[in-house]
Amino acid sequence: MLLRHTTAKEIDRKALTINPAKTCQPVGAMFAALGIHGCLPHSHGSQGCCSYHRSALSRHFREPIMAGTSSFSEGSSVFGGSANLVQAIDTMFTVYKPEVIAVHTTCLSETIGDDLTQIISKANDDGCVPEGKQVIYCNTPSYVGTHVTGYSNQVAAFVKFFSTATPKKRNVINLVAGWMEPSDMREIKRLAKVMEARTILFPDMTDVLDAPLDGHYKLYPTGGTTIEEMKLTGDSKFTIGLGQSCTEDACIKLENKCKVKFEVVDIPIGFKATDRFLMSLSRHANLPIPDSLSDERGRLIDLISDSSKYLYGKRVALWGDPDTLIPLTEFLVSMDMKPVYVVTGTPSKYFDARMAEILKDIPEAKFKSGELADMFLMHQWIKQEGVDLLIGNTYGKYIARDENVPLIRFGFPIADRPGHNYFAKTGYEGGANLVKQIMDGLLDHIDTNCLEEKVEFQL
Amino acid sequence: MAHILDERKGQVSVAGANVATIDCNKASLAGSVSQRACVFCGSRVVLYPIVDALHLIHGPIGCAAYTWDIRGSLSSGPELHRLSYCTDLQEKDVIFGGVKKLYEAITELIELHKPKAAFIYTTCIVGVIGDDVEQVCRTIEDEAKIPIIPVQAPGFQGSKKDGYKVACEAIFRLVGTKSKPETPAKSINILGDFNLAGELWILLDYYKRMGVHVNATITGDGRVDDIANAHNAALNVVQCSGSMNYLAKMMKDTYNIPSMRVSYFGIEDMSDALYDVARFFKDDEMMDKARELVKEEFAKLMPQLTWYKERLTGKKAAIYVGGAFKAISLVKALRLIGVETVIVGSQTGTEEDYDLIKKLCNEGTIILDDSNPVELSHFVKEKKADIFIGGVKERPIAHKIGLGFCDHNHERKEPLAGYEGMINFAKEIYATAMSPVWKFTK
Repeated sequence: MLLRHTTAKEIDRKALTINPAKTCQPVGAMFAALGIHGCLPHSHGSQGCCSYHRSALSRHFREPIMAGTSSFSEGSSVFGGSANLVQAIDTMFTVYKPEVIAVHTTCLSETIGDDLTQIISKANDDGCVPEGKQVIYCNTPSYVGTHVTGYSNQVAAFVKFFSTATPKKRNVINLVAGWMEPSDMREIKRLAKVMEARTILFPDMTDVLDAPLDGHYKLYPTGGTTIEEMKLTGDSKFTIGLGQSCTEDACIKLENKCKVKFEVVDIPIGFKATDRFLMSLSRHANLPIPDSLSDERGRLIDLISDSSKYLYGKRVALWGDPDTLIPLTEFLVSMDMKPVYVVTGTPSKYFDARMAEILKDIPEAKFKSGELADMFLMHQWIKQEGVDLLIGNTYGKYIARDENVPLIRFGFPIADRPGHNYFAKTGYEGGANLVKQIMDGLLDHIDTNCLEEKVEFQL
Repeated sequence: MAHILDERKGQVSVAGANVATIDCNKASLAGSVSQRACVFCGSRVVLYPIVDALHLIHGPIGCAAYTWDIRGSLSSGPELHRLSYCTDLQEKDVIFGGVKKLYEAITELIELHKPKAAFIYTTCIVGVIGDDVEQVCRTIEDEAKIPIIPVQAPGFQGSKKDGYKVACEAIFRLVGTKSKPETPAKSINILGDFNLAGELWILLDYYKRMGVHVNATITGDGRVDDIANAHNAALNVVQCSGSMNYLAKMMKDTYNIPSMRVSYFGIEDMSDALYDVARFFKDDEMMDKARELVKEEFAKLMPQLTWYKERLTGKKAAIYVGGAFKAISLVKALRLIGVETVIVGSQTGTEEDYDLIKKLCNEGTIILDDSNPVELSHFVKEKKADIFIGGVKERPIAHKIGLGFCDHNHERKEPLAGYEGMINFAKEIYATAMSPVWKFTK
């Protein structure tokens, strides 16, 4: 019993977070920056931050993660980190030769009040930034929001620094990617291609965080949205944001800066959210949804119908980020399952409102976002009344073991299984992949745990 | 050498070629993609395996999230150390101070778990906003009657190595606070083994077979009461000297306990670790038992090892690990199975360590202090290494170049210490170096 300390009774906590369902802003900024081709993320803070974020991303994606750090010392914490950052910019352009450096702050540099605009302009004045190269930044204090906020801030910074409106509008739709796997992005690009829509996806982690092994280490893998594409987003005719908490800010910035209208839809997880995404793309790109995609949808529905007797009424506990939890919970409800407990450490009124709507016919369902919405609380709920399935990141494996409940790995971080970045969960095919995983989880559990006389060949 | 930053040239050396000592122990160059971490990280990894204490992070959530169940330090009893506790500081706390929140969090935790002691880690931001953590700890210590130990670890105050020192100071506050009357005369403390994959338990078995009493294990499978009684041991046996030398020194100065530096990796170093202890106690019977043990283990080990050596001879390895002392053991262990080391690097090595490595390695071996991925991948290609031995951030780089990889850090899953560890090590090196997958990479 790894979590033997968990009590079924909810204890009164005012100040204490136990087993968080979130992490801090900078890792989100670092992750998002990897989705720009030739971009080197830079952590303006102590060495440990950068090391932790690189390790966390490395463990999850099993890919090399490059990022610089300002390596703060006692001196920089007193006199400011300006000298360190200017030197770091010089060093990075000399040695690592990125197209762009994306600086994000940390709790330390925010608290001592480093002014990044001023520091970066000093680096420019000192000639540390070569011709045609650029340094961009975003503020990501760890004591505000979560890793989701950091991702959102970094994506908004891409718009702020790159997107440019010229008189020449293009028949292109911008797709702003929320926090998802490269596999999910690959699937979204495929759907757009099948529709023959011209799109720019940003950020784009395909061929960055799922790069092929070919015997060469590429400091800057071949994937990622190029800076040229990023600039062109200002000339696109419409923007679709995928996931409110990660992309809405960027969409609003792009509208304000370049007059590109936008709509934010859910990340297309499950058939309803995929329907909405495709309809939005169809409407704004003025293109029909081809039969081949309707067939994909039909195959997903067929799979769900084949599985429905096992899915009915199954109680599920989920945790993760608002943008994925919302469509995932909706998907489970649409399959007649009962998502009874949903927790995210990211504070979000939007999440609360959407959850209340999605779960309105499941009166026993509980959900919570923000401070003290942690895995300890989730486990206490499960102890009060059990569930049949867990869906979330690797931090759920302790609960899965203690309560003997199958766990479907979903979200960030997944540190104990490979391949999640290869198999999409978005689109109809991603939906089918999810249904298969859910069925495997539920039925394997039955086969392993049921009485011997109940083991059956056919299920 | 365009792949080396000018400022870093002093931190790269070649065995046999340049006589000058390596320029180590200096802060990382800003902007260099260093593989190093911070003071907090150093203190957290060292204290983490004390399994019946609470570990509360006073700071924003990240520092707690990234150190939640980070290393496979196994426990034979309580599992308190594997949970993540944090005050989750918010903007309002940064402005108005986090002292009240800290007080409440510790109180709630003690109420919940009734622990033996609590370690309260301060992070970067607490160092800047100036919360009086010492005062809060003293207050609660008086109320709860258990040791509440502040671990002053703002990340910016240095590198991981400085964090080791902070951890040693925290442990030292516990040492000597309790005495167990029955502590035998011939007893040792094991310092610097963290019981990854249960390695400590292998060592405990060896020492038991020799008739040596192990008093406190610091910190692998560690217990507060044992550490409190650590001053009653006759000897400190110190592995991973980078992290624990300072504690051994303080215990020598205050309690006059001598210490010896050992390594449990590879059969030469492992055997020395046993013989040296027997020699220290000047006990012939103990020495005989040690010889018997080594003989027995050798008889089991050598035939298997020979099998691996025949197949691995001619392979080349690159090593990049945290501590240099571990690198030294690895060079020797690899040699035993026919593998030549062509690159050795560490994050925190000292001048002495690097001198020793130079003497130990073949001419032409590249020696690196505080390296980065660009340098590492360059040298690996230049020296045509087949296997890379390192930690979490190095693994995917090695694989991308088409190299085998062995995690000799927090993520090892099989014990690599002791005689059975040597077999596991050989097996791991063989599995990865000989994997057919590398034939399909180019």
